[in-house]
Amino acid sequence: MSSGLYNTHKADFDTHFDPTRVKAYGDTMNDGKVQFSFTLPVKNDERGVEAARQLVRKMGVDEPNVACAKTLDKEFTFFVVYGSVVHSVDYENIHVVTVEAETMGMEETNEYIREHFGRKIVMVGASTGTDAHTVGIDAIMNRKGFAGHYGLERYEMIEAYNWGAQIPNEEFVKKALEVNADVLLVSQTVTQKDIHIQNLTELIEYLEAEGLRDRFIVCCGGARITHELAKELGYDAGFGAGKYADDVATFAVTEMVKRGMK
Amino acid sequence: MNEKLHLNQANVDKARESAHRIAVDTQSFIDLHTTVTVERTVCRLLGIDGVNALDVPLPNVVVDHMSEKGLLGVGAAYLIGLAMLDTGKDPQAIAEGIDDGSIDLSSLPPHSIGEIRSVIMPVAEATVERIRKNVAKRNEYLNEFGDKTDPYLYVIVATGNIYEDITQAKAAAKQGADIIAVIRTTGQSLLDYVPYGATTEGFGGTYATQENFRLMRAALDEVGEEQHRYIRLCNYCSGLCMPEIAAMGALERLDVMLNDALYGILFRDINPQRTIIDQFMSRVINSFAGVIINTGEDNYLTTADAVEEAHTVLASQFLNEQFALEAGLPEEQQGLGHAFEIDPDVPNGFLYELAQAQMARQIFPKAPLKYMPPTKFMTGNIFRGHVQDALFNIVTILTGQKLHLLGMLTEAIHTPFMSDRALSIENAQYIFRTMHDLGDDITFREGGIMETRANEVLQKATDLLGEIEKMGLFATLEKGIFADIKRSRDGGKGLAGVTRKDAVYFNPFIELMKRSL
Repeated sequence: MSSGLYNTHKADFDTHFDPTRVKAYGDTMNDGKVQFSFTLPVKNDERGVEAARQLVRKMGVDEPNVACAKTLDKEFTFFVVYGSVVHSVDYENIHVVTVEAETMGMEETNEYIREHFGRKIVMVGASTGTDAHTVGIDAIMNRKGFAGHYGLERYEMIEAYNWGAQIPNEEFVKKALEVNADVLLVSQTVTQKDIHIQNLTELIEYLEAEGLRDRFIVCCGGARITHELAKELGYDAGFGAGKYADDVATFAVTEMVKRGMK
Repeated sequence: MNEKLHLNQANVDKARESAHRIAVDTQSFIDLHTTVTVERTVCRLLGIDGVNALDVPLPNVVVDHMSEKGLLGVGAAYLIGLAMLDTGKDPQAIAEGIDDGSIDLSSLPPHSIGEIRSVIMPVAEATVERIRKNVAKRNEYLNEFGDKTDPYLYVIVATGNIYEDITQAKAAAKQGADIIAVIRTTGQSLLDYVPYGATTEGFGGTYATQENFRLMRAALDEVGEEQHRYIRLCNYCSGLCMPEIAAMGALERLDVMLNDALYGILFRDINPQRTIIDQFMSRVINSFAGVIINTGEDNYLTTADAVEEAHTVLASQFLNEQFALEAGLPEEQQGLGHAFEIDPDVPNGFLYELAQAQMARQIFPKAPLKYMPPTKFMTGNIFRGHVQDALFNIVTILTGQKLHLLGMLTEAIHTPFMSDRALSIENAQYIFRTMHDLGDDITFREGGIMETRANEVLQKATDLLGEIEKMGLFATLEKGIFADIKRSRDGGKGLAGVTRKDAVYFNPFIELMKRSL
């Protein structure tokens, strides 16, 4: 089973880094080594192992090596497979959309707000729709923040409202108007069957129908959210894993200035 | 009992006394009130089930009718009894009559309470007998197969489709899971009714319906008989239908229920009065049905800091204990909750986790404590996540936690794959096997980091409970003491469903089921 792990034959490939043909890296440039783990709804026997090997080969992997096959149930087997992917990507020609603001610290943001607006900026946040998780919005908004990044509630020049979970989109907008919000922050954690996308779309559609879309800066966040996806859905920005309150605050206030909001 | 940590016993006693007085004080409020879901529970236990042409559950039809006529405070038992005397029909036929408009509960001829009880109590006793038989059936299984003395391995299934859930649950049981929890669809806790029938659509979970309970129970009994182990079934007795879910669980022999006195208030913004009243009947039922409840203190630490707010967990455990005792639910059925949620970047964080788990073990010696895995600091790095879960498993086996909710390496990515569960079970079994008696073999240094930490948390919890006692529970919730969340007495969802009991009100099921401890 472990023959591929101790592969002694000489590398017969070019080991120079070529940014137009980037391959996965195991321990030698361009070896293409990747790891898979998945379950097949088949029995754990030689035939099952061969099924796993063939499936991985179809994904463009040379010499797939089934390192582990574990029975989960009579007709379910879990596999760990290693191999060398034959594909490469042209790194030179990759362009992604990101939030490009240089992130400011809390004090810097407060100062920026004083200078450009001379008033507190109102930011409201919630997990909208049926989403019951508040982890994401709490990480951005709670005073304490997350991973050493203070939350928006701690910003002297930001008036932050965290309305928690399961706030219907309409109610969210209504409350935002009540507190005269500048910035709407929507968190979506539950991702099963892409319900988060449907819910995010609904909010934008609702804002547009009410003629309110330009009234607010609208951002979304969550483990499965990317900036690109957010833009596609009609948001001003999206914040995924590894983004904190300071990233959100920086984007929101600089975007307000860009748009000439007062 | 081997006391590893020298805890300040005076503080333990003081905290418990404060919690007791808070619970007694709150109970006097509970006893004067009822709610729409409490009355729907009475309907269900009187045998009213099914939905009307518009898919409205008949218990809702009856109780909505009562509310419209201003009769909620009179109670379903009294009114159904009157209708039975007037029509000679059974409760189900009466509910159907209310639905088609042929019966109006506000225009029934009067009868004495004695006459009403004479028709209602036999129906109630028949239901209670059915639940008693479920308890006997569970005990039979446990006698035949034996019960596990080690921690129960608790896993969740959450596909949205009860039939897919069954496939997942059976596989998990065969891999070694002892408790299967069917996560509810997101949003169900805010429905003021319980959906009906088998369901195949849900988001992040599966609807809790009586039919889904029945299907999963049958599947777990089947796999349990095959494996010669009793596989426990868990669901969620929280939200706006707490006692109804408890009733459905009792009727279908669920074994474990999430059932917290404060969780709905804090995390679902359900009105505090509503939740406090609802939790009482739900716990009376759970107690009678032999259900182990588990409480939701672990959730505090997902919104507040696990180091700074550890004492709120302990304070809430004391409160949940006392509320449970007020409802006649014994310590042996109190799965008080806590969690392994300290930031992995905190130096000696593991020692604090171990100290807190050991502290909970000593303060609540008979409770089958529920211990929750890391979630807040699971990052998507599944490899580190698996190590975090391993540390969590070590705490459980060293300190004798009982309901051990397995952490998934893919936490924060997706609802568990079948293989995620298998890897988790393997991880826990490995650690429980190789460290089985390590807890008995080690002692903690007197005055060391752990003992100091535990006594600090205890001191703060004792002080906090003293404050709550002075303020009263509702005022405490308004101040945002728990989980940094503020909830006003008249805010939140479901207040409209709360009413004062009328003088003639009676609840046959509280009378029949409430155990005196």
